[in-house]
Amino acid sequence: MTALPVPHRVVDRHRETHDTVTLRLKPVGEALSAFAPGQFAMMYAFGRGEVPISVSGIPRDGDLVHTVRGVGAVSAGLYDAQVGDVLALRGPYGTGWELSAATGHDLLVVAGGIGLAPLRPLIHDAVLDAEAYGRLNVLIGARGPAELICRAETGRWPTAYTGVTVDRPGDGWTGQIGVVTRLLGLARFEPTATTAFVCGPEPMIRATARDLLHRGLPADRIKVSLERNMRCATGHCGHCQLGPLLLCRDGPVVGWDIAEPLLYVREL
Amino acid sequence: MTTPAAPAVLDRTGLNALVEALVASGRTVIGPTVRDAAIVLAELGSAEELPYGWGVELEAGHYRLRRRNDEAAFAHSAGPQSWKNFLHPQREKLWSADRSADGQLTVQAESAAAPSYAFLGVRPCDLRAIAIQDRVLTGGHFKDSGYQERRKGAFLIAAECTEPGATCFCVSMGSGPGADAGFDLALTEVVDQAGHRFFVRVGTEEGAELLAEVPHRAADSTTRESARTAVADAADRMGRSMPPVSLQRLMGASLEADRWDDVAARCLTCGNCTMVCPTCFCTTTEEVTDLTGDHAERWQRWDSCFDLDFSHIHGGPVRKSPHSRYRQWLTHKLGTWHDQFDSSGCVGCGRCIVWCPVGIDITEEVSALQEEAER
Repeated sequence: MTALPVPHRVVDRHRETHDTVTLRLKPVGEALSAFAPGQFAMMYAFGRGEVPISVSGIPRDGDLVHTVRGVGAVSAGLYDAQVGDVLALRGPYGTGWELSAATGHDLLVVAGGIGLAPLRPLIHDAVLDAEAYGRLNVLIGARGPAELICRAETGRWPTAYTGVTVDRPGDGWTGQIGVVTRLLGLARFEPTATTAFVCGPEPMIRATARDLLHRGLPADRIKVSLERNMRCATGHCGHCQLGPLLLCRDGPVVGWDIAEPLLYVREL
Repeated sequence: MTTPAAPAVLDRTGLNALVEALVASGRTVIGPTVRDAAIVLAELGSAEELPYGWGVELEAGHYRLRRRNDEAAFAHSAGPQSWKNFLHPQREKLWSADRSADGQLTVQAESAAAPSYAFLGVRPCDLRAIAIQDRVLTGGHFKDSGYQERRKGAFLIAAECTEPGATCFCVSMGSGPGADAGFDLALTEVVDQAGHRFFVRVGTEEGAELLAEVPHRAADSTTRESARTAVADAADRMGRSMPPVSLQRLMGASLEADRWDDVAARCLTCGNCTMVCPTCFCTTTEEVTDLTGDHAERWQRWDSCFDLDFSHIHGGPVRKSPHSRYRQWLTHKLGTWHDQFDSSGCVGCGRCIVWCPVGIDITEEVSALQEEAER
């Protein structure tokens, strides 16, 4: 084991949905090295264990923001953490989105459900440095209105286009209905000079990448963030393999040119 | 590094003295010995505990000890364990965490000192396996510090292979039967008209110093020639072989092969092959708490890609079918290991064949994939 988890105190807790919270974490003592958007931390819930969670906000004061969906024993423990509680984190691990490689390009951010969380710091960077890039598009899909995260914020991002769609609208939903790829026709981008950043469930990633290829984006200009079981995050436990990749080391952000042949093999 | 010392010859008394010297210097000496009807790797108090006069009979799903006509100590091929049991143990504490009354967390690294190991009788295939685990666990950006510490302190005495088993195929993996590097001392056991003795080559300064401490004589040409011939003959007596093709390319081209269904119909997904494999390194973690609930420990233990939980993410396992789990093991071992760690993950020791309860033979499966690829 290389690194020990470093204690962080929960200083803010925002409930996003019935099972998802966004936690702002302040280092109790020493801080971790700076995270880049797309990278992840191993988050430790005392007595429960660790899970890999992408960073969803990188405030300048050294705090870290993570958005956690409580679906297993560990993530449910993280979900339950209240302001004042102490968790521990190690990281940063993995590859980032590398927004700067898209300088001069239109940006197409496509998120499915909680997949918006790892993209959020990328959107913040793109907004802060808007002159370096072309048009910013943010496309968000979710199962239903209750599954949408960062809702207070999404409308405020100064984008060329922000679209939000849900598969199953409830009463009172007046927005778009259907899968997120349906928003691609409304977004404003020049396919030959666009970089796409995609995160969500694998079927959504596959469908989005297929449509983008069809619209003329080169595969290596489509960046996707992938998920596999991870125990160590340091390339030693073997769990996060996807064919030749160790996703903790070679991912989670991978170009579609590399990911496509791997995601089309069943149960790889 | 100065020029290594010249080759020498040890007799059985000399070998005893060698182990005594290692024990006296505070080392934990691990070597082969007979226990529970198998040749296991265990702590040796004396070289007399080596399996003198024992051989093994190996086949797919079959392992039996048998008496030899001579008193050879190293005339047996790989047993159920490998050196990873010591360098990369089955269970290892990573850290402990304590929670105080006011909710503060203190996390502490495990600080137990690693034993200072001396391994006696490391086969060339297993020397290669150690080198492969070195690369996996300490060759990347992050190092497994526990492994690194145990490995750094380990003194390796190789025993070249003169008696391959029916399940051995190190020649086709390029990892044996001779040893050319990676040892402190290398023994080649010679039993001929001139008697029972060990031809010794020196690999390191530390090896030379140890050899100088024990009774030995300069190597004579008869012993040298006998040793060379015994190893060369062993190369011709491999019981198995891998098809002479790029296994990495074959695995990459075989992801959709029909053969996976065939092997999956036999495979019990028990994970024995991964436990006995000297290079399989996968681990999982466990969180343990005491009765107060304020002291937690993080433990690492061996895991197997044949376990359903291995690939579990929210929603279920990625690799549900036995088909996909056997494919993961084999294509990783022979194919994607190259992409990840710049070498094959197989050394040709044959353990996975011997200890498979249904006798699945890795060389046979690869041959079948090769035939299917050519169809």
